[in-house]
Amino acid sequence: MSIPSQDNAIQSGRLMRALIYTLLIFFVLYYLLPLWVMVSNSLKTLDEIHGGDMLAPPRAITFEPWKAAWSTTQVGVEATGLRPYFLNSILMVVPAVLISTFLGALNGYVLTKWSFRGANLVFGLMLLACFIPFQIVLIPMARILGMLGLAGTIPGLVMVHTVYGLGFTTLFFRNYYAAFPTELVRAAQIDGASFFQVFWRILVPSSGPIFVVTIIWQFTNVWNDFLFGASFSSYDSTPITVALNNLVNSSTGVKEYNVHFAGAILAALPTLVVYIVSGRYFVRGLMAGAVKG
Amino acid sequence: MASLTIDKLTKSFGVVDVLKGIDLEIEDGGFLVLVGPSGCGKSTLLNCIAGLEKISSGEVRIGDRNVEGLHPSKRDIAMVFQSYALYPNMTVRGNISFGMEIRGIDKAEREKAIEEVADILQIGELLDRKPSQLSGGQRQRVAMGRALVRHPQVFLFDEPLSNLDAKLRVDMRTEIKRLHQRMGTTIVYVTHDQIEALTLATKIAVLEAGYLQQFGTPDEIYNDPANMFVADFMGSPSMNLIDGMLDQGQEGLEVRIKGHGGSEIALPAPDTAAMRERLGKPVVFGIRPEAMTDPDGADRTSPRIETRDCYIEVSQPAGSDTFALTPLGGKECIARFRADAKIQLGSFSPISFNMTKAVFFDPETTLRIR
Amino acid sequence: MRDRLQDWVPRIVLAPSFAAVLLFVYGFILYTGWLSMTNSRMLPNNDFIGLANYVKLFGLKHWNIALVNLAIFGTLYILISSVLGLFLAILLDQQIRNEGFIRTVYLYPMAISFIVTGVAWKWFLDPGIGLQNTMHKWGWESFEFTWIKDSDMAIYTIVIAAIWQSSGYVMAMFLAGLRGVDNEIIKAAQVDGASGVLIYRRIIIPMMRPVFLSAFVVLTHLAIKSYDLVVAMTGGGPGRATEMPATFMYSYTFTRNQMGVGASSAIIMLVMIFSIIIPYLYSEIRAGADRR
Repeated sequence: MSIPSQDNAIQSGRLMRALIYTLLIFFVLYYLLPLWVMVSNSLKTLDEIHGGDMLAPPRAITFEPWKAAWSTTQVGVEATGLRPYFLNSILMVVPAVLISTFLGALNGYVLTKWSFRGANLVFGLMLLACFIPFQIVLIPMARILGMLGLAGTIPGLVMVHTVYGLGFTTLFFRNYYAAFPTELVRAAQIDGASFFQVFWRILVPSSGPIFVVTIIWQFTNVWNDFLFGASFSSYDSTPITVALNNLVNSSTGVKEYNVHFAGAILAALPTLVVYIVSGRYFVRGLMAGAVKG
Repeated sequence: MASLTIDKLTKSFGVVDVLKGIDLEIEDGGFLVLVGPSGCGKSTLLNCIAGLEKISSGEVRIGDRNVEGLHPSKRDIAMVFQSYALYPNMTVRGNISFGMEIRGIDKAEREKAIEEVADILQIGELLDRKPSQLSGGQRQRVAMGRALVRHPQVFLFDEPLSNLDAKLRVDMRTEIKRLHQRMGTTIVYVTHDQIEALTLATKIAVLEAGYLQQFGTPDEIYNDPANMFVADFMGSPSMNLIDGMLDQGQEGLEVRIKGHGGSEIALPAPDTAAMRERLGKPVVFGIRPEAMTDPDGADRTSPRIETRDCYIEVSQPAGSDTFALTPLGGKECIARFRADAKIQLGSFSPISFNMTKAVFFDPETTLRIR
Repeated sequence: MRDRLQDWVPRIVLAPSFAAVLLFVYGFILYTGWLSMTNSRMLPNNDFIGLANYVKLFGLKHWNIALVNLAIFGTLYILISSVLGLFLAILLDQQIRNEGFIRTVYLYPMAISFIVTGVAWKWFLDPGIGLQNTMHKWGWESFEFTWIKDSDMAIYTIVIAAIWQSSGYVMAMFLAGLRGVDNEIIKAAQVDGASGVLIYRRIIIPMMRPVFLSAFVVLTHLAIKSYDLVVAMTGGGPGRATEMPATFMYSYTFTRNQMGVGASSAIIMLVMIFSIIIPYLYSEIRAGADRR
């Protein structure tokens, strides 16, 4: 991760250091605990969970809960497992992330390198839009999706996530391009490059890191979304988070905890993998999302 | 190649006027330096010439062509930026040929042009490197190569040397001068470094607060400053601007200056109509440190050397010279002595004033009294 | 050869995004604002009834429970997350071996969905199979932890899960802040003879004020919006014990067919968030402009 270490020169005694490490390890265990509970219990039989100790490792590892969670368990009315919903999420996330990131890059480019009178107001309004409680748009959005014939469809969800992702993607690129030397743009203009040539040939090739940050941010947010999925999806467009909630909170039948845990891990896996592979960029996104200006 | 004319140019950002009516003209093949402290508007003026900023009123002509509204790429100019502005994702070759690529020039011709420029600037072995792999001086050369390859009517330089260390800056300064003499292209060059301005320019424009303070040859600017700002800004150490009182002496006009303690010195002043009008009033006496020397170091070719005893407070040896500080007119003035001149600190020593180099200013308007 | 058209290209490029935000954010806010003053039920209608929905809203016991819950949840969540985040950041700032690994562990909950977090904690805190059962198995027969089933205590289980999820985020914010403290200031304090604890208390932590502010704003905004975690953990129950404004709005609008009341609750949520975010963004942008 990107936070550089510094020699901050505060010395502490041996005992103090032992205490510090003890505390750090305690919190490592605290944060890992739910993950451990999910993993270990997703590998147990239901009997073992009922009769046993949730914190213990499985006595005999079984992959049945995983198979069930993926392809056979009852989600809502159908016994399809989470697989179709996982695919729905992918079909929703990929276009939503790509479109909102691309538009954010163009917006950031315009707002920093082609600023015009009123550009700050435009940016301010887009920035403020990041923070609205989405409850405020649920009712009109449902109507608009209906009018456009997109109600309960994946393209509808793609549109929703693109629109409400624009504020953050624009913010990320604007702040990145604000630090990008304007002289480069001017040099390219003197070389005769057009608006789009400057963007593609000069800015985009130097924007690798911010594209990664933005894509990870958008991917995490859209994949993990529940409210829009719950409000605007129908049976064949339900994303995984909503399906997982349906699986866990359905009131009928026996509670298959092991399947629930396996399903929860499945739902968390894509974002967790992204986090572990590129945590540095994930943290940069979080920081950029918190500190503006 | 072409001349450049700027006519009554103004530029404002919202309500802030950055340039307030600039008139300049540089002949074909001239080297115009725009100099002034930061925020004086010199870079804005350069950007207006380039077409990177729109002017608010007035005219910019390159050759006989009014370039109003023309895109920067169509003004037949090339620009070297302060940060060099090398495209970080392209090799040196790509940087130099990008403009030609945009204009649709075919590859063989591009390669020929690159070779030619690489030859002039001796950057042949750098062509396949990225800017991040180059030293400051090499980047500077590549930036110039990118400008040269266009064969423009006018070169624009925006503080091109300010990011280099002191030694390299001197080398590159020589290089730019040599390049100008060889190519003969018109150059407009922005700097805040008055030494750069004096060494490079055929014409200097001194700007301050959006106004053109003086426009002239380096010699005019240095020896014949139009006002106190120019006198103070150009030259290092800067000109001594000494408060004095203009009086009628026995042999004509004289300026009386307070020295250390209750002492006073009087120096002859030119007897002109404008000076006579200030008789009995305060004036500012301007004299450069090199015109205040120890008597042995005085300029023998000057017909008017006046020697006075002044109180020396501090001496600062600087290798080739020694600077002596003496209180005159209520502030420390700098005199430039020979390195091995004998200096008695804390006592009165003779200082020779070369009065052919002295100038006088009106303290109220800050303008020259001629 | 004038290039006027070129001047308009940037604005044309920005226009679709801006139009979308104007319509889908600000237009929708206005529309919801309008609905909140109509007697819309299952479907929107235009029968204007003034502020009657707001009067009704604040008369509803259900809504008042949601507000009290938000107050309890928000206060504890913000306070504990900030303190824990700062504490962890200070611990991590002591030239720790494996710092990268530890940071990764502290922060991973931010990468996963609130729904997943909810499922994990829901079953872990479940008296039948979770922590209580485990303690009994370990021989601590009298151990009792039934908060999630207890109307008075269920809201605190949501606090626990939410803190687990976000405290690492706050830690990362503080750590970035601590790393930004000028080393020479610390050295100067040491030369003055200040001890490690004193340096933190008197010099470093007071310098973290902007981070506290950012953390406060981010956490408040998350608290007011919290919906997913409640749905996954308790579904608002037992009874209405963990109802929050976000769940209230959803159920009144979509399941109880009281769209007008639902809209008015959404407007109240917006007002709460904007009253914190707008001054914050304003001061941040002002400060940003001053820096430039």
